[in-house]
Amino acid sequence: MCGIIGLLNKDGSRIDGRSIKRGLSIMNERGNGQGAGFAAYGIYPDYEDYYAIHVFLDNMKEAKANVEREIERWGYIVYSEEIPTNDIRTFEREQIPYRYFFKPDTRKLLGHNYDEKDAIVKMVMRINSKREGSLVFSCGKNMGIFKAAGWPEEVANFYKIEDYDAYMWIGHNRYPTNTPGWWGGAHPFGLLDWSVVHNGEITSYGTNKRYVESFDYECSMLTDTEVVTYLFDLLVRRHGLTPEMAGKALAPRFWKEIDRMPEKQRLHHTALRLAYSSAEINGPFAIIVARSEGFIALTDRIKLRPLVLGKKDNTVYVSSEEAAIRSMEPNLSEVIYPTAGEPVVETLDVVL
Amino acid sequence: MSSHYTPSIYDVSVDSTKCRLCGRCIENCSYDVFRRSEEKILTYPNNCVVCHRCVAYCPANAIKIKKVSTPYRYHPIWNEEVREDIYNQARTGKVILGGMGNVRKYPPIFDRLVLDACQITNPSIDPLREPMETRVYLGKKPKKLEFSGSGDDVELKTELAPNLKLETPIMIAHMSYGAVSLNTQLSFAKAASNLGTFMGTGEGGLNQALYDYTDNIIVQVASGRFGVNPDYINRGSAIEIKIGQGAKPGIGGHLPGEKVNKFISETRMIPEGTDAISPAPHHDIYSIEDLAQLVRGLKEATDWKKPVFVKIAAVHNSAAIAAGIARADADGVVVDGFRGGTGAAPKVLRDHVGIPIEAAIASIDQKLRDHGIRNEVSVIASGGIRNSADVTKAIALGADAVYIGTAALISLGCRVCGKCYTGLCPWGISSQKQELVDRLDPEVGARQVQNLIEAWTHELKELMGAAGINSIESLRGNRDRLRGYMLDSNLLDILDVKTVGA
Repeated sequence: MCGIIGLLNKDGSRIDGRSIKRGLSIMNERGNGQGAGFAAYGIYPDYEDYYAIHVFLDNMKEAKANVEREIERWGYIVYSEEIPTNDIRTFEREQIPYRYFFKPDTRKLLGHNYDEKDAIVKMVMRINSKREGSLVFSCGKNMGIFKAAGWPEEVANFYKIEDYDAYMWIGHNRYPTNTPGWWGGAHPFGLLDWSVVHNGEITSYGTNKRYVESFDYECSMLTDTEVVTYLFDLLVRRHGLTPEMAGKALAPRFWKEIDRMPEKQRLHHTALRLAYSSAEINGPFAIIVARSEGFIALTDRIKLRPLVLGKKDNTVYVSSEEAAIRSMEPNLSEVIYPTAGEPVVETLDVVL
Repeated sequence: MSSHYTPSIYDVSVDSTKCRLCGRCIENCSYDVFRRSEEKILTYPNNCVVCHRCVAYCPANAIKIKKVSTPYRYHPIWNEEVREDIYNQARTGKVILGGMGNVRKYPPIFDRLVLDACQITNPSIDPLREPMETRVYLGKKPKKLEFSGSGDDVELKTELAPNLKLETPIMIAHMSYGAVSLNTQLSFAKAASNLGTFMGTGEGGLNQALYDYTDNIIVQVASGRFGVNPDYINRGSAIEIKIGQGAKPGIGGHLPGEKVNKFISETRMIPEGTDAISPAPHHDIYSIEDLAQLVRGLKEATDWKKPVFVKIAAVHNSAAIAAGIARADADGVVVDGFRGGTGAAPKVLRDHVGIPIEAAIASIDQKLRDHGIRNEVSVIASGGIRNSADVTKAIALGADAVYIGTAALISLGCRVCGKCYTGLCPWGISSQKQELVDRLDPEVGARQVQNLIEAWTHELKELMGAAGINSIESLRGNRDRLRGYMLDSNLLDILDVKTVGA
C-alpha cells in the first residue's frame, strides 16, 4: 500500500510545496515512514535551458569526484551546489543530495548519432548501473525530484519544499516492501523530465525489464517502479506515441472488449497489443506519470488500486484518496473516478 | 535360439479360469501375441509391446501383463541396454531405430524450476471471477507503431504483418500423415478448430479430408518436399519450413515403406510401399541466405499473406541460428528440444544429439533481445512438454507458444510403446492399415485432445492468476517469476533465473 498525489495548475501559475505536503501527509495510513518524495515542475526558471541533475552522494570526496568526472565527459556543468536541506532530528541523513545544472555537448559525443536527450539517458544509465557512491535520481529541465526515507512531512521539511514554486507537483507516501529505508528506492522515479509515482506491485516486472533492456535502459534501482518511467520514455519520447496511446499500450483493453469494437478502433487496439505486448504492465497499480506538459494517471485493468481526480478552476488534483484532495481544496467543482485501465491525460492550457 | 537372443521383457498370461475364449485379444493384438489352441489362448510374449490393447478389450479381465527380467550379471558400464543393442546390431548390421523421444535419464530442467504466487503485497487474481487472457498472436510484430492525425481522427500508419490468432498458447505439433493415421490428423484438426488453435501437417502433405479445417492448420515444407505444391501452401494458415527436429537433429524424416499405402502415396506424391526418407539438409538450403530465399519464395507464392515459421532442432548454437532465421525474414522460430518425439529415429541420434528445450528457449530469447528483435518475431517451443506447468515455465522462459506432440498422442490413447515405425499401432494412432485406423473415431479423438488442451489452459489460467497476471503477454519472458531449485550456477545464468530463496 502506498499513497500517491498530484496537482496541476493548467494556467501555468505556480504554488509552493505546502499544499502537496498537507495532502500527502493526510495519507500516512498508506505509508510507514520509510519513504516519501515529491517532483516539482517549473522550479528552476533561472536555469530552464539546463538539465537539473539531482544526485545522492555517499560522500563529498571520491563519490563527488567520480560523478563529476562522468558528467563532464558528456558536457558542461554551469552551476552546482548541495541541495539546501534542514536538519531533521527524526531521520537519518543517509545521503548527501547534490545538484548540477548541466548542458550536454554534442561535440563530445563523437561516433554517436543520438540526440541530447539520448545522451542524458545514457549518461544516467552509466552512472547508476555502476553506482560507485552516487545515484542520479532526477535529470529533467526546469524540474526536480526530492525524496528520502521518512514520512512525507519530514521529507518535505528536510528539502524545504515550501521554498519551491511549481505549476505541477506529484508526491508519494511509501510503504516499502522491496527496498526499505533506501533513499534511491523512494518515489518519484525520474528520467529526463519524466517522473513517476506508483502504488502497487508490478507482476509483469520481469517481462517489462527484459523489454526495456533491449532498448538500452538499465534497471538499477532494485524496485519495479523505475521500469514504468523507462516504458513511458520509450513509447512517448522515442516511439512518438501520444500519452493516451501509451496508456492504452501499458494497460490494454481486454480482448473481449476489443473484439466488439468498431473496425478502426479494433485495429488500433489490436496493433497496440501486438507491438507492445511486453510493455503491458500487469498486477495492481495506480500511477501518476508527469512530464513538463502535464500528467497521465492510470490504473491497472481491473483497478486493484484506487485513483481519484478532482477539479477546481484551473487546477486538477489526482490522488489515491479523495480526502487528500479535499485537504488541498475543500470546494471541488468536480470529482472523477476513472474507469479501470482508462488513461486520464491532463495538460497545461498554456505553453510555458 | 542363437547367441544374439535377447530375453523377453514382458510376460503375458491368460487366466484360463476367467477366459471366455471370445477371441477379442487375438483380434485386437496387431503384434500376434495371442493365438487359440483348442480350448486355450496361448501367448507369445516376445512380441508384446505393452500397448494395453488386449487388457482394455478383454471382457473377463483375464489377461495379465507383467514385467519380467531375465537377469544379466550386473555390470555398471556394460548394462543390459548396452549388451542388447550390441546383440541386435551384431545380428542385423543395422542402425537401431526407436520411436518417441529421448529415453535417457537426463534430468528435466522443468522439474528444477518452480513458479511464483502472490501473497499480500499484490493480490492473486481469481480466473473464475476475473478476466484471464490466454490469446496469443504468432507472427511478425512491428517494432513500434506510427499514428497520424489526432483526437478521434487518428489513423494507424504502420502496416501489420499477417499473424495467427491462438486462443490458447498450446498448439498441436507437426505429425505427418504417414507417421500418424488420417484419423489421428482428423482428431487434431477438429480439436484445433474447436479450440481456436492450430495443428501442424508435418511433412506428409495435406489429405483432402482436412481441407475443411485449414483455417487451423499450419502446413510444413520439409526437405523431402512431400506433397508440396502451390495449392498446399496456399491452403495452410501459415507455412513452417522444417530444418530439423529435436528427436533427430541433423537428419531428415523417415517413413518406412510398410506404412506407405495408396492414400499416403497419393498425398505425399510418392510410389506405394517405398521408404520416404527425407534428405538431411534441404537440397536448396546450404546456408542462411538460401533459407532467406526460400522464406521469401514461399511468401511470394502466397502473396505475403501467410506467416512463415522455421523449425530447428535445439542444438548447441541454436540461439545464433535463431537470430539468423529472424533476420532471414521469417515470422517465427520453432525450436524443438531433444525430448521431442518422432515415429522413427535412429536411437543414437534420438538419445545423444541436441539440448534440452528449457536452455534453448532461454538462450534464443536472450539472443533475439541482444539483437533488439525479440518482439518482432515469435518463438514457439516444443519437445518434451508434459503438462500445464511445463507450458507455463516454457512461456516464462520466453516462448510465445508451445507445440505438444507426444502429449496430444497420449490424449488419444497412445501408450508410448515406441513402435510407431512398425505401422502396427493397435490404437489406430500411428498405423496405416484401415482395420487398425478405424479403431480411432475422430470425433471421440477430437474430444479427448480438446479436453486435454482445455484442462491445461484452465491450469495455466490458475497459475497466471496465482502469480497476479491476467494476460499471457505478461508471463512471456517473465523469468522473475521462476526460481531454480538445485540448478547449478552456470545453468541459472543461462536461464537468467535466480535460485530459490533469492
